[in-house]
Amino acid sequence: MRTELFRRLARFLRPYAVQLAVLPVLLVVTNLLALAAPLLSGWAVDAVGVEAGKVDFPGVFRNCGGMLACYGLSALLNYIVATRLLRVGQGVSHDLRKAAFDRMSELPVEYFDTHPAGDLISRICYDVDTVNATISTDLLQIGTSVLTVAGSFMMLLLISPRLTLVFFVTVPLSAVLTRFQMKRVHPLFRRRSKKLGALNGFAEERIDRQRAIRTYGVEEADLRQFETYNREASEAYYQADRASAALGPSVNFINNVSLAAISMFGAVMYLGGGLSLGSLSSFVLYSRKFSGPIREAANLLSELQASAAAAERVLDLLDEQPEAGDRPDAVPADHFQGDITFDRVEFGYDPSRPVLKGFTARIKAGSLAAVVGPTGAGKTTLVSLLLRFYEPQGGSITIDGVPVGRYSRDGLRRRLALVLQDTWLFGGTIAENIAYGAPGATREQIVEAAKAARIHRFITSLPDGYDTVLTDGGAGISKGQRQLLAIARCLLTDADIVILDEATSNVDTETEGEISLAMEHLRQGRTCFVIAHRLATVRNADCILVLDQGGVAEQGTHGELLEAGGIYAALYAAQWG
Amino acid sequence: MRTVLGYLRPFVRRVTAGVAIKFTAAILELALPLLLARIIDVHVPAGDMDAIWRTGGMMTLLAFSAAFCNITANRMAAWASMEITRELRHDLYSRVERLSCAQMDRFSVSSLVSRLTNDTYHVHQMFDKIQRGGIRAPMLVLGGMVLTFLQEPVLALVQLAVCVLTFFTIWAVTRRGIPRYAKAQTAVDAVVRIIRENASGVRVIKALACQEQERARFETANASARRAEEDAGCTMAAANPLTGFFLNTGLVLVVAVGAVRVQEGQMAAGQIVAFLSYFTLIQNATLGMAKIFVKISKGIASARRIEEILQAPADQTVRPSDAVSEAELGMEQVSFSYLGVEKELTGADFTLQKGEMLGILGTTGSGKTTLVSLLLRLYDAGEGVVWVGGRDAASLSREDLRGRFGVVFQNEALLHDSVYENISFLRGLSREEVTAAAKTAQAWDFIQELPDGLDTQLDIRGANLSGGQRQRLLIARALAAKPEILVLDSADSALDYRTAAALHEAIRRDHPGVTLVVISERIASLWEADRILVLEDGVITAQGTHAYLMESCGRYRRMAELQMGGAAT
Repeated sequence: MRTELFRRLARFLRPYAVQLAVLPVLLVVTNLLALAAPLLSGWAVDAVGVEAGKVDFPGVFRNCGGMLACYGLSALLNYIVATRLLRVGQGVSHDLRKAAFDRMSELPVEYFDTHPAGDLISRICYDVDTVNATISTDLLQIGTSVLTVAGSFMMLLLISPRLTLVFFVTVPLSAVLTRFQMKRVHPLFRRRSKKLGALNGFAEERIDRQRAIRTYGVEEADLRQFETYNREASEAYYQADRASAALGPSVNFINNVSLAAISMFGAVMYLGGGLSLGSLSSFVLYSRKFSGPIREAANLLSELQASAAAAERVLDLLDEQPEAGDRPDAVPADHFQGDITFDRVEFGYDPSRPVLKGFTARIKAGSLAAVVGPTGAGKTTLVSLLLRFYEPQGGSITIDGVPVGRYSRDGLRRRLALVLQDTWLFGGTIAENIAYGAPGATREQIVEAAKAARIHRFITSLPDGYDTVLTDGGAGISKGQRQLLAIARCLLTDADIVILDEATSNVDTETEGEISLAMEHLRQGRTCFVIAHRLATVRNADCILVLDQGGVAEQGTHGELLEAGGIYAALYAAQWG
Repeated sequence: MRTVLGYLRPFVRRVTAGVAIKFTAAILELALPLLLARIIDVHVPAGDMDAIWRTGGMMTLLAFSAAFCNITANRMAAWASMEITRELRHDLYSRVERLSCAQMDRFSVSSLVSRLTNDTYHVHQMFDKIQRGGIRAPMLVLGGMVLTFLQEPVLALVQLAVCVLTFFTIWAVTRRGIPRYAKAQTAVDAVVRIIRENASGVRVIKALACQEQERARFETANASARRAEEDAGCTMAAANPLTGFFLNTGLVLVVAVGAVRVQEGQMAAGQIVAFLSYFTLIQNATLGMAKIFVKISKGIASARRIEEILQAPADQTVRPSDAVSEAELGMEQVSFSYLGVEKELTGADFTLQKGEMLGILGTTGSGKTTLVSLLLRLYDAGEGVVWVGGRDAASLSREDLRGRFGVVFQNEALLHDSVYENISFLRGLSREEVTAAAKTAQAWDFIQELPDGLDTQLDIRGANLSGGQRQRLLIARALAAKPEILVLDSADSALDYRTAAALHEAIRRDHPGVTLVVISERIASLWEADRILVLEDGVITAQGTHAYLMESCGRYRRMAELQMGGAAT
């Protein structure tokens, strides 16, 4: 499983292969320099001699100079290696975040209905950061340790292969022990990342609902719920830490015991005549060189675990099933006449609770079709299906005779302009928000669209006008103003089909009247699909579809439906009180 | 930094104990080589097998004790850091809950989320790493220094100088690193923001086929986060090679100065060798320190960001006032500006008696929602008095003020929880109360058809309900605790007229005596109000009953005619 994780991660390391390959070379040089320095220091001490007044100063200073040069160079190389690794680490994190986000933007809408944004944030920020820490700092330390250990081990083999046998017992023992503990600890680290994600998910949602929480004065209860998540996340964090606390020390223990074993067996061998005292002494010295780096590396084990778990969570996100892509024979969708047909469409978000039952309707190209009906009748669902947010479970939807599933997905969506009930604004300037969906729009076009949507005056009243940056998705901008911005946005697109889902529900009638000219203009030569409660908006439609019980209950023009005296007539009567 | 450090206080004892254990473990581990040397230098030449076994056994025992101490200390450190972080996160969240709306807007939700999650994590790491790894190296440095002072004060002075230089370097590097990490954290805020926006705006982004654009937007934030982190990291990366170099220079100086001293007959050459071995020991210990510096700088940068919230001044205090009014709700010459917009509300003046209904009509952006925000004291009025329950709203405590209201905001989103919890909304209301409220809000019919009724889990933002269903749940929430004052801000915009009419009738029937404030674009929802305010650019241009306004206010009449198609006249 670990190798599998590495394989999945390898794709992100590969672009940095060259840099990573240079590092071992640099590391070897650095370590050689670090090894050369003690040699020089030995010579320097020799030059000092043992007698006062007979110090060979030129020799001392020559060697001291050499030491200084070695250390200086080694420090410089160290810095280079460290910063290189840091850049690699940042590069990999950057690529991971990018890959995660790219995948996120490909996920179907229902993913976002069930996965809290906070959890995504946690994966893309916290989990990636954990992986990054391993690459930027732990790798360096591990690399240095491996080199020192390998070098010392070779020396040991040279001095006494028999005594080295001790390590053939202790090294596999630590490996087995580590493996065993890692296995036990791994799920705990997974849980820790997951609980942290859950905490973030909760916090993100609740901080966004603070206004309501304050208004109802339920801060205490909210804090208590937060504390439950907080406690669980902290607990999970601690459990993983607690379980992994033994990882480093236990490896060290075996390491220390092997030191004791060597001295004991070495002594036995010496007494048996199999080893000289000098060899024993240098053997012990070299094995001591082991312990420092091993101790530091062993302390990293728990962090490696944490980042393995974190990496898994990031990679799991990458493995999420993206939205159905384009078929190989996809139709490009360059231009629509705008003939829309719903043919016995069956759909339910939960298939056991169908929303649309055999929905059949035809909207002629260039016409204005209105959909009315009680809330929850499936009006917005029609739009979602048309946009291919969901696939119908039965029947078909065609535009110009071609099933929507056959069009290229983005092509299809670009041909449809949409204004939803809840307008989405992002943290950019107002101008950017209006030009969203029409990236090439000039400032004049933007202003013109804003004027047509009757939002220009509001924008110019803001301190920075069109360059005012919206924070928090446009907090402080009313729903009606948002809708007008969305209409301005829609006016800038060159779509063939216009969909207005309660687009003006929060706009006052007067303003609605004022923008009707712009709307008229927008509708010209396009098929228009309007969902509205306000029947005044609907009256001029070429065809009104009355939705009820998942199907079309009545259809016709305003006059025809009033005459028929059915649901529409009743709704109409309710509006006029 | 001081505030966050204060969280350490309750754990001082445990942390001290943990550090002491860690200290013991380090000493035990340091004793191992001494025993080893004894075996080789003393027992082996003497051929004393018994002593060898004894000392070997002793080493094993020491190694075991060291491991035991290390594990215990690590666990204690993990526990203390966890508790400190939990407490800190709790207090931070609690403070966030008490920030005023103006402060929330200033900090922004994304930044608050990021501080609550990423920054507390960095502080956690800092505390943990200091306790676990920050003990050994300083201890060895100090211990080595004491030992050398005892042996050879002059050479020790060399070492002292080097140590001072080393600490200065660390201080200087860290000082430059912290602001860079603060910048890096701010860059992460932007990453958080774009993820949030994409999660909430997924439908619009996809509908406009703007994924490519979003990726580009994310890439900008991502790249700047990378740059900021690299900048901070590279600054910090200088610490380790520099300190290593200084320590090594100390080594060289020891040899050089030692040579002079030997020349003058003031010390033996052997002492230089002993010195060098101490130095090597110390250097080994500093191997893992680089990482700790990084964690500390990151931690300090994050701690400051957290403190910014914790120390944000309370800007909405209760201002005692004895002034009373006969009105249940009202405003007296209230003006308010926000976000630099000229005047959101100017000279608002009206009164409403208990049990009456107030309607508010106005063009988009005319200040309707602002007026409600002021009634709830979400923001403080710049001028004038807001009356709630006959008292100055600013003189009422939070609980007293807001406990009176049931409110539906226009941009409110549901919780990712059950239907029941969405209506009860953390108030622990009984199922009967919730059911009754759902019935009044015309939500009961569709709730019954949900697979698990009241216990059905809603998707995020209630995405598995239609717009009208969501609105009715929010209305049920507002009604559930039988408020004295009910505020409906465009609460029926997604309801069909029949449902809206039934809703208004049910409210009057089930909540007699409630003071009602209704903001709506629909005259049909307002015309029964005892008083209707017509707002225009933040100014109340007319007020009165429907009949009065139809007669005297041209604008109102025009709107009514537009909506009713002439039916109302």
